[in-house]
Amino acid sequence: MITTKYYGKFGGAYIPEILVSTFEQLVNAFEEAKRDPQFWKEYTAIMSNYSCRPTPLTYAENLTKHLGGARIYIKREDLNHTGAHKANNVMGQGLLVKRMGKTRVIAETGAGQHGVATATMAAKFGFACTIYMGEKDVERQRPNVFWMERLGATVVPVTDGTRILKDAINEAFRDWSANMDDTHYVLGTACGAHPFPEMVMYFQSIIGKEARKQVMDITGRLPKRVYACVGGGSNALGIFSGFLNDPVELVGVEAGGKGLDSGMHASRLASKDGSPGIAQGYKTYFLQNKDGQMMETHSVSAGLDYVGVSPILADLKEKGRIRFEAATDKEVLDAFTLTLRKEGLIPALESSHAFVQAYKEAGSLTKDDVIIINQSGRGDKDIFTVADAFKDPEWMKFIKKKAENYGA
Amino acid sequence: MALEKYIRTQLAEKKILLMTHIVLGYPSLDASYRIIQTMVKAGVDIMELQIPFSEPTADGPVIVKANQHAIDNGTTVEACMQLAGKAAKEFKIPFLIMTYYNVPYKYGIEKFTLRMKENNLMGTIIPDLPPEEGKDFLEAMNRVDIAPILIFSPTTTDERMSYLSSSTKGFIYCAARKGVTGKDTNFSEDLSAYLKRCRKATSLPIAVGFGIKHKEDVDFLKGKADIAVIGTQSIRVMEESGVDAVGAFIRGLR
Repeated sequence: MITTKYYGKFGGAYIPEILVSTFEQLVNAFEEAKRDPQFWKEYTAIMSNYSCRPTPLTYAENLTKHLGGARIYIKREDLNHTGAHKANNVMGQGLLVKRMGKTRVIAETGAGQHGVATATMAAKFGFACTIYMGEKDVERQRPNVFWMERLGATVVPVTDGTRILKDAINEAFRDWSANMDDTHYVLGTACGAHPFPEMVMYFQSIIGKEARKQVMDITGRLPKRVYACVGGGSNALGIFSGFLNDPVELVGVEAGGKGLDSGMHASRLASKDGSPGIAQGYKTYFLQNKDGQMMETHSVSAGLDYVGVSPILADLKEKGRIRFEAATDKEVLDAFTLTLRKEGLIPALESSHAFVQAYKEAGSLTKDDVIIINQSGRGDKDIFTVADAFKDPEWMKFIKKKAENYGA
Repeated sequence: MALEKYIRTQLAEKKILLMTHIVLGYPSLDASYRIIQTMVKAGVDIMELQIPFSEPTADGPVIVKANQHAIDNGTTVEACMQLAGKAAKEFKIPFLIMTYYNVPYKYGIEKFTLRMKENNLMGTIIPDLPPEEGKDFLEAMNRVDIAPILIFSPTTTDERMSYLSSSTKGFIYCAARKGVTGKDTNFSEDLSAYLKRCRKATSLPIAVGFGIKHKEDVDFLKGKADIAVIGTQSIRVMEESGVDAVGAFIRGLR
C-alpha cells in the first residue's frame, strides 16, 4: 500500500506504479531516522561542522534606522556552505541515502543552488551525481553549472516544455523511474509526493528552531512578523515551522515577476491565477489553464520560477495561518540594492523578495516590534542577472574583453 | 464487462491482439483522425488515445515532444473528447483514453466519466493515479461501467498485483521494464518470468507495453500475454515516413 499524507486538501502521493516500492523504502527510511534520536544529533553535528550552523541572526541596525519602525533581524542562511539553505535539506537526505545503501543521487535545480548543494554532498559522501536543469536556467546561472561540473556532477540541460524548474523535475523523475535500485532523487523543495514535503520541511526546520531560540535570547521576545520568499517553499517552511504555534504573523512572498496582472509571474497563492490541481506527484495550487495544462511562469529569480507550491503552504494559506504577498522584479532589485548599501549584505534575488515585503511594512510597526527576514541565500551567484538589470557599463566592458580573450 | 468480453472474443481467433497508442493533436487533430483510420484498417484491435498533458512524467522523449507539440497547437481536452467520440462511432474497435490525472481532475471527474460514456469510450489508463489516491475516480468509472485499467510493473510485489487486479476492469497493463516509454526493452527470460508472475496474479487479460518495435517482439509475447502495445514506435514511423507508412508497419507486426 502507498503511504500517503494530506495537509488539509493538499498533498498526497500520486506516483506511478514503477516507483511505489521505491517510495515505500524511502518512507520507511525516513520514519526510522525520525525515531532514532542519534539521527538528528548526527545531522546537526554535520551541519555545524560542514556548514556553519547555527547561522547567525544578524541585527540590521542601519536598515532599522532607515525605515524607522520595527527592529529588523536577518536569519543568515546565506552563510551555509554553498551559500543557501539548500544545504540543510541536501545533507539530511544524503544521510538517508547512506542508510538506504544507495550509491547515486540525482536532483533538479532552478537557480542552481540546490544542484550545487547536491553536488557537494555527493562529493563528500562518495555518490555519483546527475543534475537536471532547464536549458533556460543553464543560460542564466552559468557559474553554478560550472561549479556543479567541477564538483564532479553531470549536468543535463532539459530542453522540454518551458525549459525551467518544473521541466527539470519531470526529467529527474524519469531518470529515477529507470534507476531507482541504486539512485535516490534528492528533491530540493517541500513539494512532490509524500514523504518529500514533510521530509524537506523536517530538515529545513533547523532554521526555525535556531531562529526562535536566537530571537528570544537576543531580544527577549517573539517577533511580530517573519518574512520568507516562496518558490517551492522549503526555506519558508523551514523558518515558519519554528513559529507555527506562536502568536507570530508569517508572511510568504512569491515572485510577482512583471506584476500580478501581467500574466508573467510565479504567484500561485498571492495571485488569482492559481487553482488546485494534481501534477508532479502532489495536489496543490498550480498556475494552469482551464484544461489543466501548466502555464509558463516568470521571475527574475530562477529559484522562484515554479508553477506549483508546497502543499503544506497551500493548506496554511487556506487556513489563514500564513499571509501571501508578491514582489515584482523591479521591487526586488530595489530592495536588493538597499540591503547591499545599508548593511553590506548580499541577498540572493530569491531572498530579496522577502526583503521587499518586510521593507514595505517595517515603517508601520514600532521599535518595540521585532521582525525577522529569512535571507535564504547569497546573491553572488546572481552577478550576471544583476549586472544585466543595472546595465553595468564596466561589467559589460569586462565581459567583452573576456570574450575577446576566448577568441570570440 | 464489455471490454474484457471483446478481448476474449478476439483472442478466440487471434494469438495476440495489437493495441496502439497515439497522442491526440499530434501532429494535428486531422492527422490524428487519419492515423486512427489507417491503424484500424491495418487491423489494430484496440486503441489508446492520449489526451496531451504538459507534464507527462511517465513518458519518454518521443511522446513528451508529441504532447508538447499537441498543446502548442492549441489541442484542447474538449477537442480530444470530440475526436475520440467520432472515432468510437465510426470504427468498431474499443477506444481507451490515456492521460495524466490533472486532465480529468480539472475537467471534473463526474463530467469526464459521463462524457466518456456518451462517447462510447471504454477505458482509461492514468499512469500517475495509484488506486489508493483514485477512489473517487475509480468509483465514478465503475458507476458508468468504464474500465479503469491499472498498471503492473516489474517492481510490483505479488501481493500488490493482487490488490491492483481487484481494482481493475478490462485488462491489466504490464509495463515490460523500468523507466519511461520508448526506450529499448530486453525481450528475455526475465521478462518471461515477470509475465508469468503477472498472469498468476490476475484473471484478467494482460497487455504488455514499453519498447515493442518489431514482429519478433510481438512473436515473443505470443502465449505469454494477450495484447501487445505499440506506442512510441508507430509515432516514430509516422514522423519518419508519414501516416500511410504506419499502416504497413502495423500489418508487418503480425
